[in-house]
Amino acid sequence: MARWERGRTAPAPTAPWEEAESGLDADAPVVLAAEGRHGPVIHAVSEAAARAGASVGARVVDARAIAPELVVQPADLPGDAAALTRLAHWARRWCPWSATDGADGLVLDTTGAAHLWGGEAAMLADMEARLAALGQAARLAAAHTHGAAWALARHGDPREIGTSDALRARLAMLPVAALRLDGQTRLTLRRLGLKRVGDLMALPRAALDRRFGRDGTALATPLRRLDQALGHLPEPVVSPPPPHRFRTVQRLPEPVMDPQPWLAGLFQTLCADLVRQGHGAREIRLELYRIDGQASLFQAVTARATRDAGHLHRLLERRFESLDAGFGFDTLALEATRTEAQTGAQAALDGSDGAEVALATLIDRLTGRVGAAVRSPDPRASHLPERAERWSPARAVPVARPFSGPAAEGRGSVPVAGDDASRRRQPGFAAPPLPVGPVPAGSRPPDARGPHPAPRAPAEGPRLAVVAAAGKDSARRDPSSAAGAGGPGRARPMQAPSDRLAPGGLGGGGLVAPARARPLRLLRAPERIEVLYAVPEGPPIRFRWRRRPFLIRRHQGPERISPEWWQAPATARLRDYYKVEVADGARYWLFREGVAGDGRGGAPDWFLHGLFA
Amino acid sequence: MTASSSRLPPVTEVLASSQDGAATGFVLAQLDAMGREGPILWVQDRLSMQEGGLPCLQGVAEVLGRQVPLLHVAAKDAAQALWAMEEGLECAALSAVIGEVWGAPRALDFTATKRLSLRAARSGVPLWLLRTDAAPGLSVAPDRWRLASAPSAAHPLDAEAPGRAFWRAELFRSRRARPGAWVACHDRAAHCLDLAAPLRDGPVGEGADRPGPDRALGGG
Repeated sequence: MARWERGRTAPAPTAPWEEAESGLDADAPVVLAAEGRHGPVIHAVSEAAARAGASVGARVVDARAIAPELVVQPADLPGDAAALTRLAHWARRWCPWSATDGADGLVLDTTGAAHLWGGEAAMLADMEARLAALGQAARLAAAHTHGAAWALARHGDPREIGTSDALRARLAMLPVAALRLDGQTRLTLRRLGLKRVGDLMALPRAALDRRFGRDGTALATPLRRLDQALGHLPEPVVSPPPPHRFRTVQRLPEPVMDPQPWLAGLFQTLCADLVRQGHGAREIRLELYRIDGQASLFQAVTARATRDAGHLHRLLERRFESLDAGFGFDTLALEATRTEAQTGAQAALDGSDGAEVALATLIDRLTGRVGAAVRSPDPRASHLPERAERWSPARAVPVARPFSGPAAEGRGSVPVAGDDASRRRQPGFAAPPLPVGPVPAGSRPPDARGPHPAPRAPAEGPRLAVVAAAGKDSARRDPSSAAGAGGPGRARPMQAPSDRLAPGGLGGGGLVAPARARPLRLLRAPERIEVLYAVPEGPPIRFRWRRRPFLIRRHQGPERISPEWWQAPATARLRDYYKVEVADGARYWLFREGVAGDGRGGAPDWFLHGLFA
Repeated sequence: MTASSSRLPPVTEVLASSQDGAATGFVLAQLDAMGREGPILWVQDRLSMQEGGLPCLQGVAEVLGRQVPLLHVAAKDAAQALWAMEEGLECAALSAVIGEVWGAPRALDFTATKRLSLRAARSGVPLWLLRTDAAPGLSVAPDRWRLASAPSAAHPLDAEAPGRAFWRAELFRSRRARPGAWVACHDRAAHCLDLAAPLRDGPVGEGADRPGPDRALGGG
């Protein structure tokens, strides 16, 4: 007989991600509202909101009349459903057959699986612990039928296990709501004075059938539900198939020393599978199993979803130089460990792929050989030259954008304050040239990708249980969000510098300091030089760099750049940059770190930072 | 004579000192002459990065007049840099490949430049081979330049400041034109390279404190 295990997930009131996402404290009276027939209806409430008088199912306007301090957030029902589906797949760690049950429950068919976990009680305890580790509070029960497990999970004791002989007596004690009836039926039963399941059991079946099954179409009549809970009627669980796994395995009859002749077919099979499912691989893994039990693993990532067998094959080809064949390989497995949805793309008339594909292919090949040394610089809002660009791993870069004016135009002389983390999220070449002003914490660029769950609040009910799964799961499984900054950056057109006449500039509403040229090359780290200069703050006259003396003919400056006080240590010194031209014509970018008497060190040091054309 | 008016060869070799940004400016001034769209692949080997630093995005954007995506490969040696250049030259989506190799490594011989030249000709992506601190060896590049900085023009607003950059560009080997030496500068408004015959004497009205080009040549 099937043993049904049923879990009902409920929220943990103080889960860490809730505070992180919503910015609300756990004690805030938060309710989540869904659209009802006559305006928004409360879908879930937090503990504080429940104490304040809000209840699930009430209308938001009514609850606000009772407790004006309620914080109302919109509910994300499709997101919850998706997260619950993921949780159902995750629950297959205990048994192979699982499905979602309503909007807030899971049902697992644990027939023949409980003994692997040390019995049903131990399995339920394990489930509770692991769900708690995910941030979910769950109510669990096990019984012989789906209906009985449902009833015990909601209306029974914690982690109750229903036994077959006592099931009828145990069910008789539960309220009729435990029979999975709709609201109208429950209302009718209450009017008839039938409060317990036992009251229904005592009635003659014919009377019940006549009263509730009159139209003959209702599936959820009390009689049917009672029979299902007691096991008189079958109730199969439809378990959705697991997510497609892109994996092909080739088992060889004889071990081979060189697996390469088989690989082309393996890649073809994988790519055909990807085409059928409309996916493209972002990460592939090739496993070569040796006959003596050892395995070799090769991995490659791509800059862009691809299902070009030849390209994927080439990515791994070079790795086989160091392959140790031992006594030979007998099993080859190829898997696309990370995939993305990829629609078909039409090739150009001459049969070639687009520029973006060609570029992604190039990046893959370069990265496969050189590794992390393939990078591209992104502009960033910072006055410090070495921080004004961020070197990030290369990706399929967007095509060039029109650029309005020199980059330095519109650069103020005031360091830009702001939340660095929020700016770091800006993808691609999207950063506007410079002054942005303080960016409010938590603000996102409009083109930020990936699922962005609405701010959530600690609340009670199924709503938040699902949020937990969404938050955790999307970070782990969802390739689009995992790609995040790594995906092809979408570029926004550069903003034209409009604040050349900044308020409070020189002389009140005057011009901001003129554009400063930047060198063509920056040394990897500023190199210390010995400089003869007019103390205390005069321009340099001659300097010695890499043991070579230079006589300065002309200079321009200083351009004073203050340290970024919001992240530099308090002892960081300001820099006075000079563009100098030496006797033979070469132009350099020097700076003096600090000024004499600024209380942050002794005499200022000089550095050479860049080379002008 | 403007360089942009003539068709650029697939490979151009530029020799310069690693402590001088002239060659970089010279290359960037001609980058758009082919009218190609797409990112620039910039390959550097370890020594050229150590000696001459990395390209600065803002400075490059100022010269080109727009933000061009850069793809930078920090190769560990010349052989790897040459391989990366060859891979890049196969990709017609790039607007140009700039390869920097320091010194005269064994990997960069006549055969290597021939391979690069064939690939560049096939895909149409121009290659700029920037060889720093190197003696001119054998190469198939049709144009070979030697670059050094020259004293800049007068700054329009500040007599003390360096103005528009001038370079001494010497075309010491060419299959397409007669070799010669020019004073080159980048016309930012038109984005083209201006080549002018070098002045034999210093500019009129300049005092003795400013050396002419010839004296500066000897002074190194």
